[in-house]
Amino acid sequence: MSYTRNETLITTLQTLADLTGISGDETKIRSAIKPLVEHHVDTLRIDALGNLITYKRGTAEKPLRVLVTAHMDEVGFMVVGHTGEGGLRVEAVGSIPERLLPGSHVWVGKEHTPGVVGVQAIHRAHGNHQAASVEDLIIDIGAKNKEEAQEAAPLGTSITFATRFREMGAALTGKAFDDRAGCAILVALLQGERLPCDLYGVFTVQEEVGLRGARVAAYAVESDVGFALEGTLIDDLPKREKDVSPTTELGKGPAITVMDRSYTTPPRLLSHVLKSAEAEGIPYQIKQPGVSSTEAGSIHPARGGVPAITIAVPCRYIHSPRALLHPDDLENTLRLVRAAIARLTPETLAIA
Amino acid sequence: MKSTFDLLKILTEAPGPSGRENTIRDVIAEQWTPLADDMRTDAMGSLIALQRGSAPTPRPALMVAAHMDEIGLIVTGIEGSFLRVHTLGGMDRRVILGLEVTVHGKRALPGIIGSRPPHVLSAEERRKIVAWEEVFVDTGLPADELAALVTVGDHITVDRELVALKNDLAAGKALDNRASVLAVTLALDMLRSRNHAWDFYAVATTQEEVGVKGAIASAYGLAPQIAIALDVTFAKQHDDDGPGTFELGKGPTIAQGPNFHPHVVERLVAAAKAEEIPYQPEPVSGGSGTDAWGIQVAREGIPTGLIEIPLRYMHQPVETGSLRDIERAGRLLASFAARLEAEFRPRWEDEL
Repeated sequence: MSYTRNETLITTLQTLADLTGISGDETKIRSAIKPLVEHHVDTLRIDALGNLITYKRGTAEKPLRVLVTAHMDEVGFMVVGHTGEGGLRVEAVGSIPERLLPGSHVWVGKEHTPGVVGVQAIHRAHGNHQAASVEDLIIDIGAKNKEEAQEAAPLGTSITFATRFREMGAALTGKAFDDRAGCAILVALLQGERLPCDLYGVFTVQEEVGLRGARVAAYAVESDVGFALEGTLIDDLPKREKDVSPTTELGKGPAITVMDRSYTTPPRLLSHVLKSAEAEGIPYQIKQPGVSSTEAGSIHPARGGVPAITIAVPCRYIHSPRALLHPDDLENTLRLVRAAIARLTPETLAIA
Repeated sequence: MKSTFDLLKILTEAPGPSGRENTIRDVIAEQWTPLADDMRTDAMGSLIALQRGSAPTPRPALMVAAHMDEIGLIVTGIEGSFLRVHTLGGMDRRVILGLEVTVHGKRALPGIIGSRPPHVLSAEERRKIVAWEEVFVDTGLPADELAALVTVGDHITVDRELVALKNDLAAGKALDNRASVLAVTLALDMLRSRNHAWDFYAVATTQEEVGVKGAIASAYGLAPQIAIALDVTFAKQHDDDGPGTFELGKGPTIAQGPNFHPHVVERLVAAAKAEEIPYQPEPVSGGSGTDAWGIQVAREGIPTGLIEIPLRYMHQPVETGSLRDIERAGRLLASFAARLEAEFRPRWEDEL
């Protein structure tokens, strides 16, 4: 099924994906989201960790309290040292396969100072079949000595892949779709019409280093139910052995989590979301269980326990320089989340 | 003339995989047209620009060769919505994952080299260098559209913007060997206002990266009295600064060894010294792996020299060179050419 493209949603994704914000350094993302939502919500505040917590009052007489999270942070690198020749030593922030680094262009610091990662020329490198570990690489910004490198990129400076949003074929590509895709959907949800429930839209921090922002947000909001919006993985490159599972598939609709490494979806909430999709004719897929962690894992144990579920846009190549998603999946995820929230009743959440 | 950086950007960003150099040839032709008395393309696709000398006819001819082709990939199969590929020239599998590429199908299609997400990889797999069988290009197109636009044998080039690093360094793809094409362009410009007795043939050669093919044919066709090849060499970098590596930003190298006529080498060194152009001597004990190796044995043998521009991260999409070294290589070449007296011929020390 194909829809008219939701250009507003795509533009929001582009705007957010092109900004840089590794875990703990989400200010640029937050500053860009604020003006997109502030005129559509009733209150808005920033908490102690940097989460942006918005509140949009519901129309019901006794509205349910619904928490929806999307994390603002992305994986990247942090400067941890400088070499005598002016190279930057870095550590990964979040999980990035080492083998993706060599050959990449990066943005160093707030001003996006260009840097590159290279290794010994193949002509001169003999028999290394393993990528260098991050500790053995440097980011080269062209500095001629340690002092110039320290001046340009002090310890703690954030680094991301240098990637600009771009359409390819039928797909959208860019960096940080995990989770700017979720952020774009949450922005659209908040920009949309008021729902029966009280909606707490929280743009969280530090998901990639341990689901930290969502934990305190879930405590603060004290909701009846939680939805985590994600950009999740697709692993569908052709493989030599028979494929166990592609995890999710491109263009097959939002990926609904039954279980991942961080939590298990309560059956009543899962069934509600599946019924909502079927009732509205929205395609969906079940994400291969047991892979990756999501904020639902931080929301469900909050206070006395909160039923929570993760709904995600399937993305190829997350945590790499450039991810790829299908615009229909983006739009269908928004439609499903909106439908599932609109159809919530206290009975939905009652334990049978 | 445009700045060195802007010219290098135009030259490096244009595609020109070995055997399909038409686009880069057009780009170079546009730069050379105002600087040449005559221009043509030979049967192997090499672009030959002539700037006539001032000596009476028959004038001796200097051939200057810089290869314009770049390493890339070639489509070996179509598998659903993915392309199987193999290397064209010495593409480096260690730096290939996550790269942006252009697939030169029925039209130019942007694509990504797909990579598996860290969530499904073991710690060991995250550092594993992929085999060619595991390298796939994703264009974001559905299978049917892809099959209609791409054929086995289509060429693929890296899509990478040239960026400016600190201290007049520039990083991007195909500095091997567009840096040299630029040096030749700068020499052509200088020689327009500087007397030179010899005919100066600037040749942008083809298919160097797949075995020095174009230069051999051009050398046969031109039958020059002297030939100078320009190429790139290894600069010292964080993980490799041993023998065979040269300082970045300290001038081009002048090669010596069996591939080069000592009298040509002597004249190159003399030109550098006379005009105070910094250079670095480069001993090459056997084959230079450049156009010079092919040209030297054309026809009855041609006295040959080689000027090389140091680059970090050779054959990676982050090749890093010094703009000053490129300019110096251009000056060195122009000075060498201008100082060739009409009657000069390379001689052996013991020749009568």
